[in-house]
Amino acid sequence: MTNSMKGRVVVTGMGVVSPNAVGIPAFLHAIQNGVSGLKFVPQYEQLHFNSHVCGIPPFQFDDLRNYLSEVTMYGLKGMAIAYAIKATADAWIDAGNSIDDTQVHEETGCVLGNSVADTETMKRVITLVDEMHARKLGSRVVEQLMNSGATAYVSGLLGLGNRTITNSAACATGSQAVLMGYEYIKHGMAKRMVVGSNEYVDPYVFAAFDSMRILSRKFNHDPEKASRPMSATAGGFVPGSGAAALVIEDLEFALARNATIYAEILGGYTNSGGQRSGGSMTAPNPDGIVKCITTAVKNAGIKPESIDLISGHLTATAADKIEIESWALALRRKGDNFPLTNSLKSMIGHCLSAAGSIEIVAVILQIMHQFVHPNINLEDPHKDITEIVSINSLPTKLLNKDIHIAAKANFGFGDVNTCLIFSKFK
Amino acid sequence: MNRKAILEELKKVLSPYMVNKEMLNSVNDDTDLTKDLKINSANLIDIIIDAENKYDIEIDMDSAEKIHTVGTCIDVIVDKLKERT
Repeated sequence: MTNSMKGRVVVTGMGVVSPNAVGIPAFLHAIQNGVSGLKFVPQYEQLHFNSHVCGIPPFQFDDLRNYLSEVTMYGLKGMAIAYAIKATADAWIDAGNSIDDTQVHEETGCVLGNSVADTETMKRVITLVDEMHARKLGSRVVEQLMNSGATAYVSGLLGLGNRTITNSAACATGSQAVLMGYEYIKHGMAKRMVVGSNEYVDPYVFAAFDSMRILSRKFNHDPEKASRPMSATAGGFVPGSGAAALVIEDLEFALARNATIYAEILGGYTNSGGQRSGGSMTAPNPDGIVKCITTAVKNAGIKPESIDLISGHLTATAADKIEIESWALALRRKGDNFPLTNSLKSMIGHCLSAAGSIEIVAVILQIMHQFVHPNINLEDPHKDITEIVSINSLPTKLLNKDIHIAAKANFGFGDVNTCLIFSKFK
Repeated sequence: MNRKAILEELKKVLSPYMVNKEMLNSVNDDTDLTKDLKINSANLIDIIIDAENKYDIEIDMDSAEKIHTVGTCIDVIVDKLKERT
C-alpha cells in the first residue's frame, strides 16, 4: 500500500430504500437501467394539489420481520423510522456484521438525519387529544414523534455505543450525515459510524411544498416523465420518500476485521451561503456553493481535473442552472472538459433529507461497478445548461466508464451546502 | 364474566407484548407481568389501554397502579366491570 493508512475512511456496507428499488442488488439494476420510481397518487388529485406525482418505495413493514421482534413491530407506525431501520440494518449486515442483542459496540456510533418527525403520528396525537382521548395515546408515541426516533431505534437494534447523533439540514441532511461520520472517524472520535438519512413524504409534507408552487405539475398523468433535471421542460421537482445508510470506518479497523472495501471518502465540506448575495431561505448563494465545492476538493487533496463524475443535487428547478455554473466556476471546467454529470432525481425524484444518502449509495455503486447511470428525461437539455456543459457530459444512456473520483453535492433550504469527494479504494 | 373467562381474554391482550408467548400457558394469579412475563414496564400502560377497549371499561390511574400481577389485573377488571353494571 503506497498511501499511509492513518486517518483514512472507507465505505464497507450499504443499504437502501429508494422509490425505484429496495435493497442494493435491485437498486443497482434500477439505476443502470434508468428505472423510474415515480407514481401518480390519486389521493393528491382528490386533495386538489397542483402536483399528483411522488416517489414511493416498494416497501412493506413485513420487510422488517428479520430485524425486529414482534413486540417492537407491534405499535411501530412511523414510516420514516421503518425505512431507516431497513436501510441501516441491511448496511450493517452487508458490512459483514451480525445483530447481537448482548454486545455494545463502543467504537461504533451513528449519524442519521431527517427533516420532520412522522407527521402522520403527530396527526393521530392531535386527533386523539382533540377528541378528549389523550389517555389512549399509550407508550409508543413519543419514541416515534421525537426527531431522534430513527437514531434511537437503530442504535438500540445494532447496539451502538459511541456517539449517536440526529442531524437535520433540509435537503443537505443525508450528505451532511455522511460528512459528520467521516469527520468523527478521521479525527479519532470513533472507529466506525453508521451514517444516512430518511424521509417520509405524507400528504401534509407534500402539500407544504405543493403550495410553494415549486413541484412538477405538467406530467401528472405521465409520472415517469415528471422529474426532468436540466431539461428545457423541467417545471419543478417531484418529492420522494426513502432512506439509505452506509457503514463507514477507519481503514485500519476495516482491514483488521477483513471487511470488503467499496470505496474511500477522501474529504468534504459543509457550509452556508448565509442567505446573502442572492441566497435566501430557499435559494442558494452561488458564492457559498463555489466555496463549498472548492474547499471539499482541497480537503480531499485532489485536483479538480481528476474528478470523473459529478452526482449533482439538480432537482429540476431554476436552481439547476446556478448549480451547473457553480460547479464550472469551482472546478474551472466547462464545455467538453466538464465532468460527466448525472442526477438520480430524474429516476426517483427529490427525496429531501433522504436524497443525499440515497444518491451517495448510487455514487458508490458507480465507483464499484465502473459505470455512469443515465439521466432519464433529458432528451431536451436546457440551453442555459448546454451553454456551460457539453451534452456529451450529460449521458442519457448507461455509460460503462472507469470512475476513479466522484464528487457529490446537496443543497438545502436555509442556504446550506454539503460536498463530498469519493474515490475508488487503492 | 368469571375470573377464568377474563383470564382467557387477558392472555390475548398480553400476547403482543411478550417475546416468549409460551409462558402464557402456565400463568396463574401470582404471575408477575414484568418479572415473570418479561413485559417491558413501559408497555403496562398499553396493556391497560388495550384492556379498557376490550372490556369497555375505564381504568383510572389509582386502579392502574395496583396492577402488577395477572391476579391484580383481573381484580381491577372485575371491579370495573361491576361498576359498569
